[in-house]
Amino acid sequence: MKAGLHMHDLRITAPGADAPFVRLDGQVPPGQVLTVMGPSGSGKSTLLAALIGSLPAGFRLSGAITLNGRAVTGLPTEARRIGILFQDPLLFPHLSVAGNLAFALPRGLRGAARAETIEAALEEAGLGGFGPRDPATLSGGERARVALMRTLLAAPEALLLDEPFSRLDAARRAQIRAFTFATARAHGLPVVLVTHDVQDAEAAAGPIVSPFAD
Amino acid sequence: MILRAAPALVLSLMALPVAAGLLGTIGPALRPGALEALLAWPGLARAIALSLVTGLSSTVLALAVVVLILATLSESRAFTALRRLLSPLLALPHAAAALGLAFLIAPSGWIARALSPWATGWSVPPDALILNDPFGLSLTLGLVAKEIPFLLLMALAALPQTGAPARQVLAASLGYGRASGFVFAVLPALYPLLRLPCLAVLAYGMTSVEMGMILGPGLPPPLSVQVALWSAQADLATRPLAAAGALVQLGLVAAAMGLWLLAERAVIRLLRRATMAGLRARALDAPLAALALTLGAGLGGALALGLAGLALWSFAGSWTFPDLLPQTLTFTIWQRAGMGLTATTLTTLALALASAVVALALVLALLEAEARQGRRLSLPAQAILWLPLLVPQIALLPGLQALALQLGAGGAAAVFAGHLVFVLPYVFLSLSAPFRAIDPRLATLAASLGAGPDRRFWHLRLPLLLRPALTALAVGLAVSVGQYLPTLLLGGGRVTTLTTEAVALSSGGNRRLIGAYALLQMLLPTLGFALAILVPALAFRHRKAMQR
Repeated sequence: MKAGLHMHDLRITAPGADAPFVRLDGQVPPGQVLTVMGPSGSGKSTLLAALIGSLPAGFRLSGAITLNGRAVTGLPTEARRIGILFQDPLLFPHLSVAGNLAFALPRGLRGAARAETIEAALEEAGLGGFGPRDPATLSGGERARVALMRTLLAAPEALLLDEPFSRLDAARRAQIRAFTFATARAHGLPVVLVTHDVQDAEAAAGPIVSPFAD
Repeated sequence: MILRAAPALVLSLMALPVAAGLLGTIGPALRPGALEALLAWPGLARAIALSLVTGLSSTVLALAVVVLILATLSESRAFTALRRLLSPLLALPHAAAALGLAFLIAPSGWIARALSPWATGWSVPPDALILNDPFGLSLTLGLVAKEIPFLLLMALAALPQTGAPARQVLAASLGYGRASGFVFAVLPALYPLLRLPCLAVLAYGMTSVEMGMILGPGLPPPLSVQVALWSAQADLATRPLAAAGALVQLGLVAAAMGLWLLAERAVIRLLRRATMAGLRARALDAPLAALALTLGAGLGGALALGLAGLALWSFAGSWTFPDLLPQTLTFTIWQRAGMGLTATTLTTLALALASAVVALALVLALLEAEARQGRRLSLPAQAILWLPLLVPQIALLPGLQALALQLGAGGAAAVFAGHLVFVLPYVFLSLSAPFRAIDPRLATLAASLGAGPDRRFWHLRLPLLLRPALTALAVGLAVSVGQYLPTLLLGGGRVTTLTTEAVALSSGGNRRLIGAYALLQMLLPTLGFALAILVPALAFRHRKAMQR
């Protein structure tokens, strides 16, 4: 079995175009961060959409994606076991903090074990006792941490980061970034980070690619 | 599987009755003798003129007031107040609005009472045709007052797509006034989105039966009213006559729409020339704003006063002219008519709930199918959803009535189906924008957490949409409660609702009973809207982001 996230000759072609605007061939071992850099509009988010299975209608994808030896290219998003963090934390506004985390927990876990797992995740993020809170009352940094814990509770096998630190103020930014990378490493996840921020790339301490046609 | 079929199901649900109704109308209309009989009716020319003049003038006036309000008042405090009035005004059934206005402006109405006898010298109501005037002026006024909320709501829904604030600021930075900035910089982007609503208003204004019956002239009435009278007659011999009238009415509406589109081009050309002239017109801003405020408050106030008057009548004991208020208040009419009122209210409510709930389910299925396939309905498909609003009811219903008779499907089931056809487009109009505005990343994120399509709908989209969905349901309820012609013609006289009763009573003089029916008629939609505000407020009382 090949551990980690493997991208075999991925090519993404825009609707109506002939030549692909994204070409990527590479692998991300567990615990490592692959940083994808490019200016805005170059197709960074489209690459993540291809990896997670949410390419808009009309885009064409060729090549193959395997995750820990499992072919995921043809699977719907919900079956890929790939987590994602967007620019905004996107906590579900109709649920409490605990509700947001419970949404991510697998069905199998029941009753008290469910509540304990949620509380443990909150403790891990330094947010013990935040369960009943309304997400709208949290600070930016707190929301970012809840979003990360929510993603991890779904037990993903890989993590995609779509400029998740760009909306945070400078003071929080380094802190949340370090926490995110450390947590992902501790869970042994291959990470793909999309950014146009050099500091993000340096902090990721992994290979950097720019797979875009100009 | 069922979901994938939803768009096709909904579109055929809209297109088939329209097609069947038109065919069912055109067939008998072309039978020998039908057209001749219509041409032999002496009132025809005047009835046609009334339909054209009231329809076109009310649409032009309503659009003008809407543009005026948007151009001068948006973001003012008065505008916020007006905006709050919009949903209740839209929910108000046309018949109730017309009855309220009728009470206000009638020779024995509130305005005459307020001015008598000190200003007018009248001690008995004057013998003047203010209401039901032969030129259709009171009908036009009623149509304008009732269509402004609809057009304004459509415009407010469309404005965010035009980037209006940036355009306004840009125009202002170039020295343009508020009004001229709106007309030259925002209107060109807004009008294309208002074209279909304008045409729907035009079709409605030309053919409204219940407003025509209550406010319009009598001898002859507007064409649509006469066709409805012929259609409702038990005598089957008048059916071809009614069909011929309906066909002529359909042609009239098509011609008026053509005229509208031609006039639209001419106005656009004129506007373009004016834009090049660099007219800043800043001095016009203050007087135009005052005019907009007067018109908006005046028309809204007239509707509100008329309805208050009707409500008061239902509790009035003795109330003689020219007293401004009744001498005594009683519950007599509510007690005496209680049984009938209760039964009719329950029928109305059952029909409204059934059609609104089914329409909401179908619209949700349609929009969910759109979201899952990642592809919006094509423009022609969206136009099909507008069909029941663009093709006048009076042109469809005689045909559908004949069809229902042949199938033996008259009565409540046919009325329900008829209501559904006219309720669904409004539910779609109300729900589609909020549904499509949900951040698509939320669904992607939920999927990445392992939530499949069903879970994403039931646990994510539906709760997020609780308020807009309940509002759409309330809109559906209001539209169903207000339906007159489908209830009258498809029910075959066996289904009476608050609206059919109120309209039937309108020609008689029992103001107390009219008041009671009109009050209930507005109460049902108001309850719907109140629930649409209360339920989400309660369910999400601890969720700040859900209370926008």
